[in-house]
Amino acid sequence: MAKVNTIRLMAEKKDELLQQWIELHLASLSLRKDIIGNENLYRQSRDFIDAFVQAAEGADFEDINRVEWTTVRKILAEISTNRSRQGYSPSETASYVFTLKEAIIRLLQKEYGVQPDVLIQETLTISKILDKLGLLTFETYSKAREEVIYRQQQEMLELSTPVIQLWDGILALPLIGTLDSGRTQVVMENLLRGILSTNSDVAILDISGVPTVDTLVAQHIIKTVSAARLMGAECIISGIRPEIAQTIVQLGVDLSMVKTRATLAGALKLALDMRKLTIVQIGKA
Amino acid sequence: MERIPIIKMGPFLLVTIQVDMHDRLVMALQEDLTEMVSSNGARGVLINISSLDMVDSYIGRMLGGIASITSLMDAYTVVVGMQPAVAITMVELGISLQGVMTALNVEKGMDLLRSKLKLAPEQDHEIDREE
Repeated sequence: MAKVNTIRLMAEKKDELLQQWIELHLASLSLRKDIIGNENLYRQSRDFIDAFVQAAEGADFEDINRVEWTTVRKILAEISTNRSRQGYSPSETASYVFTLKEAIIRLLQKEYGVQPDVLIQETLTISKILDKLGLLTFETYSKAREEVIYRQQQEMLELSTPVIQLWDGILALPLIGTLDSGRTQVVMENLLRGILSTNSDVAILDISGVPTVDTLVAQHIIKTVSAARLMGAECIISGIRPEIAQTIVQLGVDLSMVKTRATLAGALKLALDMRKLTIVQIGKA
Repeated sequence: MERIPIIKMGPFLLVTIQVDMHDRLVMALQEDLTEMVSSNGARGVLINISSLDMVDSYIGRMLGGIASITSLMDAYTVVVGMQPAVAITMVELGISLQGVMTALNVEKGMDLLRSKLKLAPEQDHEIDREE
């Protein structure tokens, strides 16, 4: 049977195959030879060939999702995930499997060079399975990348909504960047938690860093203000730029129940007034 | 049937909700409280919901309702100690308790009631003892 030939050949000439594969693979990596130690790569590749031969002997060649291929899939997934994190390009990662294909085909050519029929048959079979594995590497690679992006997004969410204590009982929340419903939720939760933990009566929401205010953003702001009021804290909106003030009025958004100020300084002054505090100059500056 | 205790403290009535609210309990509270306000001539009502960590639309509306009713009977009503999660839920449900006073905790709520009734702020007990 065709498939047995290749696998038997792979098992017999493992060392030769391994040597050839690693040479080809290293040649395909343009810059990053230094990152993975040769020794490491050698060990990894040997494990992979062992697992591959073992899986191919006991299993259906067509379907790499079967249980017998679990080890092979696991090794590949590990390699692509690592490489994705180390910053390899997608093609450098995928070339790991594709250079194995090249190495095997060269081996087959040497063995069956005189029997073109067998050679073509074997090449086709082995190509099919290795192409599937190659695609799997690529999928794992992009999945690992997506995880990195998702984590960074979460970190940015956390970073972009700091709650600052300006004075005893006065909090400030500078908002920077576009407000969408996901971010508003985080902002609202952070603010309410901050109010509770610092026992603050007044919270200043500064929107100088918010590029545009549309009806949705205005609604989010109103919701945040209402929630803070329910907890017993007053909110002041500051940093309303002229163009934003115009937009709000043109959109017909009613902010009359919310205290607004043009600048953070104005809001701080109002907050101090509300807490019956005042700042006095005690001498010449 | 279980009831939520209402404590009389001078001109004020104090209600602390410490159990999970259900519909019949909140209805009983509304009846008891209005009864107490009328019979005692209370001038201020303080509802402490700091242990309440879940509300549904009905409970939320009833809380607003109780506050409005007692306000109508000439007693200042302040809801204190609402948890962040509860506040967010109430806003999402569209219940913003318009016209009801709120405060962060019981202490601030009492101060608010006193200032509304133009009563002298509570004396510090330690100062009393020194005299």
